[in-house]
Amino acid sequence: MQYKSLFAQLFAGNTGGKIFLGILVALTVIVPVCNLVIPESSALHISTYTVTLLGKYLTFALLAIALDLVWGYCGILSLGHGAFFALGGYAMGMYLMRQIGDRGVYGNPDLPDFMVFLNWQELPWYWHGFDMFWFAMLMVMLVPGLLAFVFGWLAFRSRVTGVYLSIITQALTYALMLAFFRNEMGFGGNNGLTDFKDILGFNLQEDSTRIGLFLASTIALALGYLTCRYIVTSKFGRVVVAIRDAEDRTRFVGYKTESYKLWIFTFSAILSGIAGALYVPQVGIINPGEFSPLNSIELVVWVAVGGRGTLYGAALGAGIVNYAKSYFTAALPEVWLFALGALFIVVTVFLPKGIVGLIAKIKNKRTESKAPEVNSTAKAETES
Amino acid sequence: MKQLDQLRDLMRRDRVFDFVAEERFPFTSGIRPVRPGVVDISKGPILYIENMTVSFDGFKAINDLTLYINHGELRCIIGPNGAGKTTMMDCITGKTRPDEGSVFYGQTMDLTRMSEYEIAQVGIGRKFQKPTVFPDHTVFENLELALHTNKSVWPTLVARLTGEQRDHIDEVLEIISLKDQVHLRACLLSHGQTQWLEIGMMIMQKPLLLLVDEPVAGMTHQEAERTAELLTGLAGEHSVVVVEHDMDFVRSIARTVTVLHEGSVLAEGSMDEVQNDPKVIEVYLGE
Repeated sequence: MQYKSLFAQLFAGNTGGKIFLGILVALTVIVPVCNLVIPESSALHISTYTVTLLGKYLTFALLAIALDLVWGYCGILSLGHGAFFALGGYAMGMYLMRQIGDRGVYGNPDLPDFMVFLNWQELPWYWHGFDMFWFAMLMVMLVPGLLAFVFGWLAFRSRVTGVYLSIITQALTYALMLAFFRNEMGFGGNNGLTDFKDILGFNLQEDSTRIGLFLASTIALALGYLTCRYIVTSKFGRVVVAIRDAEDRTRFVGYKTESYKLWIFTFSAILSGIAGALYVPQVGIINPGEFSPLNSIELVVWVAVGGRGTLYGAALGAGIVNYAKSYFTAALPEVWLFALGALFIVVTVFLPKGIVGLIAKIKNKRTESKAPEVNSTAKAETES
Repeated sequence: MKQLDQLRDLMRRDRVFDFVAEERFPFTSGIRPVRPGVVDISKGPILYIENMTVSFDGFKAINDLTLYINHGELRCIIGPNGAGKTTMMDCITGKTRPDEGSVFYGQTMDLTRMSEYEIAQVGIGRKFQKPTVFPDHTVFENLELALHTNKSVWPTLVARLTGEQRDHIDEVLEIISLKDQVHLRACLLSHGQTQWLEIGMMIMQKPLLLLVDEPVAGMTHQEAERTAELLTGLAGEHSVVVVEHDMDFVRSIARTVTVLHEGSVLAEGSMDEVQNDPKVIEVYLGE
């Protein structure tokens, strides 16, 4: 009975979410089969390059969902979510670095190559423990979570909102980028961490490992989506939307809005960290460029294009924009940034609710022309 | 002996930190979160504003204001624009901190030391001048959000409505006559309905003191009449403070009227007394 009501809570009136999860399930079946079973000569074969590319998009989709949770539902426009993604990525990168062992260029069993190059004698204290997978995974969540908690605690308690908050988050990611560029920080300077060999004993170059990472990304995305969906359909989610629409009113009704914002921001950061950790082994590198403010702004564009406040819309936006990016940067590299800018303008001016909003509009028009019943559309609106 | 006094002073209920004073009773529906000895109305008044002064950049919005509201009373506060009516509400609900003076809820609770959400939780409800509801939520959800219950983060995440709470929401829907609009988003309501929804949200909080800022602004005559009924019905069990410009409306509900002028009380009494007061006539009609 309880499971049934939970299912109803997650999926009632949520056709988009059902389709989204359906696609994810289909991907988990089709992609491994087409990559591993179907021979390369066949037209149905999916190359490992494509698998990795898809896996990368999935991690971006998870990141976009995390941003949508705070921006679309709570109205916190974070222009620094890339920082949490990158921190998760770095934590994973550190684990992968330690897995290289003595197979590096310098063959030092204790120190990663870049430390040998810098003439360091021993591992810095903050690198300890990263040879253990569980510890690294803990840090993947803990480091972005803690940063978001401290940052959010200071910002929300001081009632920093709107554009000011956006600027501070942008400054946060920029400051982290500058810090990580420094060699003395001990994270590989501007080269970052790369040359990874294996993860949990599986060779990262193998097709099966790639498929494994792809599946892990799919599962993480599905679970991330379901968790976020649970949050936004709970009473907590309704409070969060109330904060977005009328924060003062929410306070005078008796909610400590700062705590709500703090927890949702922290959770979103943790989710971003997980996305980053899945991203790094698939692309094989993490460097300070991931902290660049531009990345975080691009992320906002994904969510805006897909449609704010729907979760699956954000994932859709991440997929579409990144596919376009892959295409443009290969075919017409100079045009990409212009295309991105134009896309953002078009979406904000003509499609304030993104692609998902456009689809809903078309659908509404159709149902309206069939049966112009005010009550039923209003009901559907509140349910969706 | 002196030390003993000091120790006593240290232990005063209204001076200790909240987490010491607060005894966490289960938040069952119908029982308000009791802070022992706190909402103490045994002396009559529920709200004590004493010698309160608020200034913004040297301009005194509230000037040495002293005002008591009795438990169960319906009090109307009138006054020309800029008399400090809304600022006074802000001070009571914790939005603005007074520069001087004290605001006590009951005899023991110092409102100037509490934050907005705490003040709301101990039973002070507020309706804004500009009706403010949650536009994207349905009428039902608006009331659900206002529901008097544990409002901290984790309980809210797993909260499920009990039958009793549903009944309470239904009751309030009946009172504010929005039964047919239950599933309508609040942004689609008419102006008068929005005002009522906000009053309904206030009732959902089970407050002891209701602060109502211009409840009939923009209402039709019938709607205003209905609102007057609603507010007089609430007085008695609750204390109601109404700030209003509409004199007809004030006359229809008021028992006691307080006239504010330049941040302090100009006159207080029944509507007739106040209207015949030469000071009031001067302020309203000019010299």
